[in-house]
Amino acid sequence: MEAMDIVEANYIKEIIAKGLRDDGRKAMDYRNIKVTKGVLGNAEGSAQVELGMTKVLAGVKLSIEEPMDDTPNLGNFMVSAELLPLASENYETGPPSPESIELARVVDRGIRAGNCIDLESLLIEEGKVWTVFADIYVLNYDGNLFDAASIAVMSALADTKVPKVENGEAKREERSAKLKLNNIVSSCTFGKFNNTILLDTNASEEKAMDGRITIATDGKAIRAIQKGLKGGFFKNEIEDAMNIALEKHEFLKGVITGE
Amino acid sequence: MGGSSLNKPTLVINGKRTDGRDFNELRKIKITAAPLENASGSAYLEWGNNKILAAVYGPREVNPRHLADSTKAILKCRYAMAPFSSLSEHGRSGPNRRATEISKVVKEVFENAILLSEFPGSQIEIYIEILQGDGGTRAAGITAAAVALATSGIQMRDLPYAVSVGKIGEDLALDFNMIEDNYSDSDVPMAISPRNNEVLLLQMDGHMTKEEMSKAIDMAIDAGKIISAEQRRALKELYELRGESNHLKGE
Repeated sequence: MEAMDIVEANYIKEIIAKGLRDDGRKAMDYRNIKVTKGVLGNAEGSAQVELGMTKVLAGVKLSIEEPMDDTPNLGNFMVSAELLPLASENYETGPPSPESIELARVVDRGIRAGNCIDLESLLIEEGKVWTVFADIYVLNYDGNLFDAASIAVMSALADTKVPKVENGEAKREERSAKLKLNNIVSSCTFGKFNNTILLDTNASEEKAMDGRITIATDGKAIRAIQKGLKGGFFKNEIEDAMNIALEKHEFLKGVITGE
Repeated sequence: MGGSSLNKPTLVINGKRTDGRDFNELRKIKITAAPLENASGSAYLEWGNNKILAAVYGPREVNPRHLADSTKAILKCRYAMAPFSSLSEHGRSGPNRRATEISKVVKEVFENAILLSEFPGSQIEIYIEILQGDGGTRAAGITAAAVALATSGIQMRDLPYAVSVGKIGEDLALDFNMIEDNYSDSDVPMAISPRNNEVLLLQMDGHMTKEEMSKAIDMAIDAGKIISAEQRRALKELYELRGESNHLKGE
């Protein structure tokens, strides 16, 4: 870490120990969240999310492919993530970093485990299904990429329309039906600082953060969890995080569906 | 998850699991400490049908040098499944996305456990090679790597262990084998520091209530007593053997 980062991290730790946050929020407050759907015309679905100054774009493309051997009647779903070099001075071009792979896989797991996409509706004919590609483009990093990306992908899926199929080929100009969703999953990511736990950490806070835990829920059940970074969590801290994530679901669901 | 519902086998027969275990029963675990000569530390672990080698190199010079941290050692971790490790097709070599993610979260477990500030400017490498996989390989790999680190003499806060808890129907079950892993819909691998039960790795997907998640953590902590005991037994066995051979040499 650069010297200035260490100074900043120490400052953040000091004020968190006093029960404060550098942007004045309470421990379990989100920053402002803004979702704009349909920002791209060529993609079958898209959404841009602003979470504070974190900006994430998600684009959805559908392709006709063969089904997986073990799921001949189901469509496929794949999430990828790019930490674009234009999003932060710390991101570089090159092959996918472990951070971007983790981000994509954690978003994927919540949505997959939540059975959000009706994969049965993506069967076109025997041997032909739609594969749903969701690509996460991080445009500006200011912390908590996990929740921003999860909201962006869920919102882009809610925005997705399936192209018409003629003679086994996609007619992309004509998008008829909306992609069928069965469930909405939201994710809440918490940072741990000594014994303090904060929701929706910003970039400054992430310099000082010991541990991270992401809880994806559909408001009823826990659908996915990912603990990251070196700091550990005690059982009661995990239970508190699950409770908050379940409580926040209605709010986040509203953000995603726009209702 | 990831299993299909096609040809789903029966996972519970007369209250017992496919391999005859109870819901809270571990598979048999056997660890051999320091089987490899060149590595700074190593361990071989058999956990049910899993066969895993873990090895540690370092602390040594950082490569490339610009990655060095003057305040602490940096950690590198590779978890990889051998191309011949699964019952299905020959696997592609090189780390895939799954392995890359597992390597990252395993690294974070040991960033917690190792006293990295004891070795500023150096790197420590942890290698986990799955020679034969039968479900729960990341948990087994972490358990093996902890022993490998202990045999390397690198200072640690604790000797972490790992185990997974899954859900078969409505019941939680400890330590899924491959069939259970493929055909059930929740799996929760956890790594835990036994000195204070801090959870160092936690991944989950599927469908669980928060009460079930709490119970899953309790089951892992309970099972940890047996896993920790085997880790310690393997280490004791190594040093007792070394003690005897030194004695014979008149040292």
